[in-house]
Amino acid sequence: MKKTGAEIIVESLLKEGVRVLFGYPGGSVLPLTDALYDAPIDFILVRHEQAAAHAADGYARATGKVGVCMATSGPGATNLVTGLATAHMDSIPMVAITGQVNSALIGNDAFQEADVTGITRSITKHNYLVKDISELASTIKEAFYIAATGRPGPVVVDVPVDIQKQSMEFHYPETIKMRSYNPEIAVPMEQIKKAAKLIEKSKRPVVYAGGGIIISQAHDQLLEFAVKINAPVTTTLMGLGGFPETNELALGMLGMHGTAYANHAIMESDLIIAVGARFDDRVTGRIDKFAPDAKVIHLDIDPTAISKNIRVDIPVICDAKQGLQALNKIVKRLQTDAWLKKIHGWKTKAPLQYKVAGQKIRPQYVVEQIYKITKGEAIICTEVGQNQMWAAQYYKYTRPRTWISSGGLGTMGYGFPAAIGAKLGRPDKIVFDIAGDGSIQMNIQELATAVANKVNVKVAILNNGYLGMVRQWQELFYNRRYANTPITGPDFVKLAESYGAAGIRVNKKADVAAAIKQAIAIPNVVFLDFVVEPEENVFPMVPAGEAIDRMIGGMA
Amino acid sequence: MKHIIYALVENKPGVLARMSSLFSARGFNIDSLAVGETHDPTMSRVSLVVDAKEEKILDQIKKQLEKLVDVISVTDLTKKKFFERELILVKVKTAKTSKLKLVSLVKKFSATILSYDAKLAVIEAVVEKKQLIDLLDCLAPLGIEELVRTGRIAIAQ
Repeated sequence: MKKTGAEIIVESLLKEGVRVLFGYPGGSVLPLTDALYDAPIDFILVRHEQAAAHAADGYARATGKVGVCMATSGPGATNLVTGLATAHMDSIPMVAITGQVNSALIGNDAFQEADVTGITRSITKHNYLVKDISELASTIKEAFYIAATGRPGPVVVDVPVDIQKQSMEFHYPETIKMRSYNPEIAVPMEQIKKAAKLIEKSKRPVVYAGGGIIISQAHDQLLEFAVKINAPVTTTLMGLGGFPETNELALGMLGMHGTAYANHAIMESDLIIAVGARFDDRVTGRIDKFAPDAKVIHLDIDPTAISKNIRVDIPVICDAKQGLQALNKIVKRLQTDAWLKKIHGWKTKAPLQYKVAGQKIRPQYVVEQIYKITKGEAIICTEVGQNQMWAAQYYKYTRPRTWISSGGLGTMGYGFPAAIGAKLGRPDKIVFDIAGDGSIQMNIQELATAVANKVNVKVAILNNGYLGMVRQWQELFYNRRYANTPITGPDFVKLAESYGAAGIRVNKKADVAAAIKQAIAIPNVVFLDFVVEPEENVFPMVPAGEAIDRMIGGMA
Repeated sequence: MKHIIYALVENKPGVLARMSSLFSARGFNIDSLAVGETHDPTMSRVSLVVDAKEEKILDQIKKQLEKLVDVISVTDLTKKKFFERELILVKVKTAKTSKLKLVSLVKKFSATILSYDAKLAVIEAVVEKKQLIDLLDCLAPLGIEELVRTGRIAIAQ
C-alpha cells in the first residue's frame, strides 16, 4: 500500500520504537503533524521549539533511548539550534525532524525558509536534506543508527513539505550498512595488554571517568575495575552517576569546582586511567601544569578525543564497557594502601563544606535536603551556573542516568524542559530540576507544557536574585562590580499558580525539608521558590587558567 | 608545512562543506582543493593542500575528517611516496614575443599553446609544484594576463 511521505516518517518512527515526540507544528510540517494525530505516539506540544530539543535530550539521557523532536521550517528549526548544540557537546542520541519549504522554493528566500542543514552542520553528528521520497525511510533508518551508535549525537532530517505529501510504497530497511561509517570497533587487545602492564607498575593511580561510562552502560564494569585494582575514582560532570559516590573509592567530581581531594589526587598521581572522558578545559585547568608525574591511559571510542588536550601514553580506542571488561580479566590488585591513606587525609582535611550555622537558607543545604528526602533515588536535572555546581557537589549520585545536566555547552534554560523529557521517559521516578532564578526564566513558558501533559516535575529554584555564577566571578575577579548580574523575576509562586501548577515559597531554613516533602506529595508540577543567601559562592574553585590544585576554598 | 591530504568520500551534497568547515573553523586556509568522481560514481576523491602552522592541530583535523559520516578514508600523503600534478591555463601577452619563441619557451615544460594572436596567447601545462614556479618565472616578463589552476591532485605510488 502506498503511503505519503508524512506517513512514512510516522511508520519509520514506530519501527524505531518511538513513543514520545516533542514538537511544535507549523506550515512546513502540517502533513507530518496531521499524520501524527492518529499515531500511537505521544505528541508533547511544547511552548517553544528550544524546549522540544531539550526535552528530547532529557528523555534520551534518562532512558538511553534516542530522543525525538520536531519543528517546522525557518524559525521553528532555528529555535532547535541551541538544543542540538547542547546534545552534540554531550554526545546525546537525538533525531530532529524539521519541515522545509517546498523543494521547488529552496534557496529562493521563501517564507519561513532557513538553510537548516547549513546552520546545523557543525552542531550535529550528521544531517540530511531529503530531496526524494524514495530515500525518506532509509534516511530515517540511518539517522537513528548514526544517532545511537559510536559516540552518539544529534542527527537532523530536513524534509521539504512536498516530499511529506508525495506517496510511494513503504519499505523500511531491516538492517543497515554504511561503508563510510562503522561504529563497531573491536577491542584492541595489544593496547589493553600494554595498559594492564602500565597499571601494574602504578603506585598512585586515579581512574578518571566521564560520560562515556553512562553512554556505554559501563558502571558495573567501572566499579569492578576500581575495586579490583584498588584505585580511587573521580568522575567528570558528565560522568556523575557512573560510579557510586557512596563508595569509599569515590573522589567525587574533579576540575574547576571539583573536590579538593579529587584535584590533589589527580595532580599527584603517577597514572591516570581515563575512561570515556575527554580532558575538557574545565577538568584540566592549566594544561602545562596538569598532573606532571602522571602517565595517561585513555580509553575512548572517539579517536579525536585522544591526545587532543593531554598527551596520551596508551590510547585504547573502543567502547568503554568492552574495554573495561577486557581489562578486568587481566588486571590485579595494586599496593595502593599508602596512596589511599594519603587521599583519605585530604578528604578529612578538606571535605566539601559550607556554612551550616545560622538561619539563612544556604543553597547547598537545599540540595542536601533533596538528596536526603529522595534517598538519592531521584533524577536530578539542573540549569547552568551555581545551581548546577551545587547540585553536582551536594547530591550523591550512585546510579547512572540520575544526573542530567548540560555539561559541554552549559546551556541555561536546559534543565526544566530536560526534566519534562526525563519524567516522560521515567514516570516512575521523582524528577527535580535544580534551578537558579536566572536560568529558570529562560524556558519558563514550559510550565504550560508540564501542566497540560501532567508531567509532575518539581522545580527547586535557588533564588538569590543574581546570575550567581557570573556574580561570583565579578566578586572574585572584577572587584565586586556586579554589572548586569542582579536580576529580577516574577513572583514564582503566583506564576506557577497562574499556569495551574503549585507554588511554595520557602524563607526559613527550618521549613526547607517540609517544603520538599510537600512538593513531592503534591500530584502536580511544583515550583519551590527557595529564598537563599544571595552572595553564597561555589567552592572550591580553580580560577581560569590555573593548575587544578590551586583552588580558592580548597585545602588550607 | 604544506600537507597534501587525500580523501575518499561519498559523492553526496554537503560533504565538501563539512570538510572545509573543519579548516575554516580553526582559521586554516585551504591552498587548493580538487574534487572529482572516482571510477565508482558514488564516490569522490578529494585532494586538498593546506599549510599547517601547527602540526598538532592538523592531526586533530585529520582525525575529525575521518570521523565525518560521509568520509570513507583520509590519508596524509606528505610523508609518503606519491605523484602530484596540476593543470594550469595561462594567458600571456604576445607583444614582446613571437609564436616561434613562445613555442620554444614552453617546450621544456611540455606545455601546449592553445591559441595565439597579436595580443594574447593561451597556454596549457600539466606541472608539478616546482615546474609551475619555473614556468611562471619564464612567462612573467611577457606579462601574465590571467592564470587558472585546478589545484594539485595526487595519488600514492
